[in-house]
Amino acid sequence: MSNTPVDNSRRRFLTIATSVIGGVGVAGAAVPFIASWNPSAKAKAAGADIKVDISKIEPGQLIRVEWRSKPVWIVRRTPEILAELAKDEDMLKDPNSEEDQQPEFARSRYRSLKEEYLVLVGICTHLGCSPQYLNDGQFEEIVEGVPDGFFCPCHGSRFDLAGRVFDGSPAPTNLVVPPYYYIDDNTILIGSEEGAA
Amino acid sequence: MKKLILVLSLLVPSLAMAATGHSVHLDKANIDLTDKASLQSGAQTFMNYCLGCHQMQYQRYQRTFEDLGIPLVLGQENLQFTGEKVGDYITNNMAPKAAAKWFGATPPDLTLVARVRGVDWIYTYLRAFYKDPSRPWGVNNAVFKDVGMPHVLQELQGLPTKTYEKHMVDGEMVERYVGIKGDGTGRLNQEEYDKVVLDLVNFLAYMGEPSRLEAESIGRWVLVFIVILFVFVYLLKKEYWKEVH
Amino acid sequence: MWQNLLDWIEYRIPMMRVAKMHAMEYPAPKNMNFWYVFGFLATIVLVNQIVTGVWLTMHYNPTAEGAFASVEYIMREVDYGYILRYMHSTGASAFFIVVYLHMFRGMMYGSYQKPRELLWLFGMFIYLALMAEAFMGYVLPWGQMSYWGAQVIVSLFSAIPGIGPDLVVWIQGDYVISGATLNRFFALHVIALPLVLVILVFLHIVALHEVGSNNPDGVEVKRKKGSLSDDEKTKFKMHEYYTNKYDIIDDVVPFFPHIVLKDLVAFSVFLFLFCYVMFFNPGMGGYFLEHPNFEIANGLKTPEHIFPVWYFTPFYAILKAVPDKLFGVISMFMAIICLFLLPWVDRAKVKSWRYRSGLHKWNLIVFALVFIFLGYLGGTPQEPWKVIASRILTIMYFSFFVLLYLYSKNEKTKPLPARITK
Repeated sequence: MSNTPVDNSRRRFLTIATSVIGGVGVAGAAVPFIASWNPSAKAKAAGADIKVDISKIEPGQLIRVEWRSKPVWIVRRTPEILAELAKDEDMLKDPNSEEDQQPEFARSRYRSLKEEYLVLVGICTHLGCSPQYLNDGQFEEIVEGVPDGFFCPCHGSRFDLAGRVFDGSPAPTNLVVPPYYYIDDNTILIGSEEGAA
Repeated sequence: MKKLILVLSLLVPSLAMAATGHSVHLDKANIDLTDKASLQSGAQTFMNYCLGCHQMQYQRYQRTFEDLGIPLVLGQENLQFTGEKVGDYITNNMAPKAAAKWFGATPPDLTLVARVRGVDWIYTYLRAFYKDPSRPWGVNNAVFKDVGMPHVLQELQGLPTKTYEKHMVDGEMVERYVGIKGDGTGRLNQEEYDKVVLDLVNFLAYMGEPSRLEAESIGRWVLVFIVILFVFVYLLKKEYWKEVH
Repeated sequence: MWQNLLDWIEYRIPMMRVAKMHAMEYPAPKNMNFWYVFGFLATIVLVNQIVTGVWLTMHYNPTAEGAFASVEYIMREVDYGYILRYMHSTGASAFFIVVYLHMFRGMMYGSYQKPRELLWLFGMFIYLALMAEAFMGYVLPWGQMSYWGAQVIVSLFSAIPGIGPDLVVWIQGDYVISGATLNRFFALHVIALPLVLVILVFLHIVALHEVGSNNPDGVEVKRKKGSLSDDEKTKFKMHEYYTNKYDIIDDVVPFFPHIVLKDLVAFSVFLFLFCYVMFFNPGMGGYFLEHPNFEIANGLKTPEHIFPVWYFTPFYAILKAVPDKLFGVISMFMAIICLFLLPWVDRAKVKSWRYRSGLHKWNLIVFALVFIFLGYLGGTPQEPWKVIASRILTIMYFSFFVLLYLYSKNEKTKPLPARITK
């Protein structure tokens, strides 16, 4: 429109530079809005590590504790149960827990620090229901030849007593083993692994 | 016209300045939120002397220890006396009703006291208790008249009294108030006591706004960024407007 | 491909047409000075208030038991929650700063005069809604000032003869300000009034774009069709909606990018000041966040001094100046109503004070000073001299309008320039 020649390259440079800087500004301003959706200090305090006394658990018994508002199971496995775990492996999806979803020590047949005690997050990996503990042969009705296991009433997922999922269940992966460690022989701390705390 | 606008804009802050003002003279509390040793000392004083009656129910031990550079285990051992978890709020077990009966009012929560009263007020207040046998606790306060609180730091400061000097004014002897003087029965001398109180006030200032230092360090970067933004926006505006006559 | 998509959309909704009509090809006077940026800034602050407000609502607890603690929860336990809260609290004061400057601009350059009366009225309704919004928002932290401020303001309604006391109980939903009051104020603050505000802002802008922006000379840039030679017409391409009806003189620039860039320069300066306050001094010495409000609401203990936040204090001073309760309330509302009536109180034919009489300039400057001084009186502890001062200033406040009405009919004005001056 005017008589002064329009310096297009300068204009283009300034437009792009200003837009980029403005974009950085918007991104920076978005940080507090995004970060405020993280669990707050209140949620973190409520989800803090918990100590559990395991000395009172009978052989074969399951106890439930609450960690981060989720059920965590601790099962004291008998030698018979442990022996079963070797026999059912051809029926499992992921017998060696290769899936990357748990502490390193859980990538084994027994999926625990000490074979006797199994610690699991009691939430089905399918759609979040909490499975039932079926022992003393009750599980036999669901999986032939396996006397003990977990059965999810919502969609019929089946797990053995290491939390490993049986083939043909809707659940894609084994039950999750939470991070935990033994403070002493009778106490475990659920929420972090040894050395990490 | 421009001048008048300038005058207008200058008037506003000066009016605002005139709006503050206190009836009692307050000593300046030269606090330093970056002084971790001072904050830790203040926290220690608070947990030992104040927490029995005053809570800080809006903040957790853990946050406090982390901000003050106190390892959690150490903090739990040395600064937590009621067996709570480190993730718990800083509270005590005093029943509010009983407290109201003992002191005439429930001792206020102190999380935000520095933002309500200002640091200078607290600094002066904690150094302004004096002996007054007519009061239930035997003490009164020069800043907070007829305060319902005992002189909790007495074992440190001793029990000061109001002192007067006699002066000759217009041929008459007049007693003039010259301030509060310690009686020397405390564990600390005047200077040490002032430092303990200053550290405590520093801690209370931190507690009133624990994000203060973080806000300022973010703020500096934000301001630098805005200056850069301004330069580019200004140049771009110039570029477009140079064709307008 | 891209063009096809745009065409597809344009056929169904007039996206580009609206963008052209209201931005790229909207004629704005080129002499709009720095006083003209505050409308843009007010819009930015409104957006800030809405976005931060939505985020605060995610963490806030609107009950008498939980409100105060939830604000401290935001300040301490939510990641960067304190930034969100300070953005919102600083934004509230910033809103009034830019709105007051925006209004004063309108008064200096006669932007309320024909044909912009409705534009002014929408603006005044925005101001009114904003005051209600700010008042209710201030109750939400449930501190001492929230409580007692609400107590005083709600009690104003008790001055209404007959139904007053019952009305107050109805507004409160209780015999005192209580959790019930907090709940309804919360609902109004986060849903009802923001909706009203956004609608009013929309109408304000629609009305503005219909009549066009005023400018510091008060000389219209849209002229009668056929009155200008091609030489005198703007060389920028303006939308046919305007050029079909008018000849547009060569004193305009398109709103986008020219005016927007100017606004953005002002915005970066504003942002610098805003962020300085927000990060370094969010309480602003007790003016943006009042000290007693860091103490939880206590219905049995009134703070020593209660003042509304600074942006209400001029009207609070007028309220206090009048010794009669009902008449005080009426005076306070009259002070606002007078501003509504400005387009009809001012009967002058010339808009900008640049070309109006010295009397008018002084009248306006004195009015601004009176307003500021009333704000000071309303926001500081009562003293005997202040009672007299606030009475004198209250009379001066109203005499601005009376004088304006009287002299504007036959005011001696300077001749207007034919074209906009530089």
